[in-house]
Amino acid sequence: MKLNKQIPSAVSRNYNVNEKGYYGDFGGAYIPEMLYPNVEELRQNYLKIMAEESFQKEFRQLLKDYVGRPTPLYFAKRLSEKYSTKIYLKREDLCHTGAHKVNNTIGQILMAKRLGKTRIIAETGAGQHGVATATVCALMGLECIVFMGEIDIKRQAPNVARMKMLGAKVVPATSGSKTLKDATNEAIRDWINNPLDTHYIIGSVVGPHPYPDMVARFQSVISEEIKTQLKEKEGCENPDFVVACVGGGSNAAGAFYHYLNEPEVGIIAVEAAGKGIDSGESAATSVLGKVGIIHGSKTLLMQTADGQITEPYSISAGLDYPGIGPMHAHLFASGRGEFISITDDDAMKAGLELCKFEGIIPAIESSHALAIFETRKFKKDDVVVVNLSGRGDKDLDTYIKYFNL
Amino acid sequence: MSYFYIMNRIQSKLSEDKKLLSIYFTAGYPKVNDTVEILQQLEKSGVDIVEIGLPFSDPLADGHTIQASSQTALKNGMTTDLLFRQLKDIRKTVSMPLILMGYFNPVLQFGVENFCKKCAEIGIDGLILPDLPLAEYEEHYAEIFRKYNLINIFLITPQTSEERIRQIDAASEGFIYMVSSASVTGSSSGFGEEQEAYFKRIASLSLKNPQIIGFGINNSETFQQATKHAKGAIIGSAFIKMLSEEGITGISAFISAIRKV
Repeated sequence: MKLNKQIPSAVSRNYNVNEKGYYGDFGGAYIPEMLYPNVEELRQNYLKIMAEESFQKEFRQLLKDYVGRPTPLYFAKRLSEKYSTKIYLKREDLCHTGAHKVNNTIGQILMAKRLGKTRIIAETGAGQHGVATATVCALMGLECIVFMGEIDIKRQAPNVARMKMLGAKVVPATSGSKTLKDATNEAIRDWINNPLDTHYIIGSVVGPHPYPDMVARFQSVISEEIKTQLKEKEGCENPDFVVACVGGGSNAAGAFYHYLNEPEVGIIAVEAAGKGIDSGESAATSVLGKVGIIHGSKTLLMQTADGQITEPYSISAGLDYPGIGPMHAHLFASGRGEFISITDDDAMKAGLELCKFEGIIPAIESSHALAIFETRKFKKDDVVVVNLSGRGDKDLDTYIKYFNL
Repeated sequence: MSYFYIMNRIQSKLSEDKKLLSIYFTAGYPKVNDTVEILQQLEKSGVDIVEIGLPFSDPLADGHTIQASSQTALKNGMTTDLLFRQLKDIRKTVSMPLILMGYFNPVLQFGVENFCKKCAEIGIDGLILPDLPLAEYEEHYAEIFRKYNLINIFLITPQTSEERIRQIDAASEGFIYMVSSASVTGSSSGFGEEQEAYFKRIASLSLKNPQIIGFGINNSETFQQATKHAKGAIIGSAFIKMLSEEGITGISAFISAIRKV
């Protein structure tokens, strides 16, 4: 039934982080000395804290009672018929706050509390991670400051309002290109200025080690649940393929996590091609990026020949990050992952198709993952799990403009 | 040592019996071709060591002033390659120690060995790459730096543990760049008791490398305070602010004012 598409050497490789913080050649902690004590404190403690029974108990309880987990694994019958394969949707869109992001912020806020931190900072692009961070800070009664690009603040007014209602202070990032990468720079600068009382909740599997691994572990609940749910539905824990969109790559890291070292499971990462790979307006890092350093991590990133980081583009604000997490860079370089780029147009079409076929309005990020079925063919009895990372409410404006609704 | 060892200009300067004034500026700012003239003016004004900043799109450790100068420099067309071309004949007119300071990614794209080779050809004496961590440097790059007689300068901050300070001291061959407070560049004004205590604490460690203090030094008073406990001090943001207001002609007066006791 299964055709192993992976290169033979990939079978024996390890796709988890090593003790030095690397995934293959990618990762590490390329940070100025000012950040060293904070990052080192986290590195020395994160696994220990996560292994504590009281931590696990509190984390699991909140995921269940507050986030609404486990999220359903839904067999998309009509979509499956259309594409002649078995498509399951992992419904992260049903999480509290509307996306998978909250899995990580719940984990990190508990981490911050155990590290004795009283002030929380975060970066946000479209505002989803900002909202998820503001939410858990409200839940725990901690001070919350969210850095957001000045341009994004204008584009994402409803999420800015949400963060404010939740008690967060939203600080505009006015440097550089005034978008996500600059918001991240500002958050890092704030952490440099406040090294003692502050924890930085990074929203994706990016940044210096141990962030990519820590965030992946918090998100790994996604693939943990898929395994149990698929066993129930298909009698087998492993699908033939697991599909997820990749900006920085946190939902993908969570959906892939427990399948990384299971070579019979195909891993498909979907990037945003924007207006086309060669259009100059794209976010397809695996195609357009080169090895470099961004936000403390050695990974693939979009940059000029001179090593200046460039501004990516995608219709989806959650996918326009100029790099990808080091785990994903390694999945790409090693051949373990299959990388597909999807244009704005194809993503929007797939998003609308899910509405019509299944009655689910997806986030435009997730629509990229759904769009692969037009070109990437699967066998009739292949089980394909797509991580539906978020819901489309936040994207209504974009949908309205695009389709003249 | 088994190979022929030439004393680096930084080491010679550090052995002089005086407090050192070091200036940072961003290459390509205010105008793209100002680099050589700024260096000549700084030398004429009696500056001891200069850090030439290689502009980067995402300068994590820098405050507003240096960020803005970097952005302007990049807009002006400054690149690593252009900087090396501008500096090609710099040793014909400038003899003070020169350090290139920048973020690691542009160096990585240029090729670390290629970058170091260019530095050696020009007569650059050292590098400061704040986001190249000690462990990575020692494992992958220390030999290349040594091959081209380049001194790598590491930073310490008030939060750096004594154990790590000693590791950094052991890995250093020039001076230690002592960040005055927990901050990005250009953000503090004046030193309080906390900094004074930190300066004294580091001075009492009897490190093998002298310390030069940077971040938050912007006038004669802070320069005096800093050099009371350290070998020298670095001025960056305040110098760039002066450049953007007065231009190159303001350099000589700015430096004299700092030196004035």
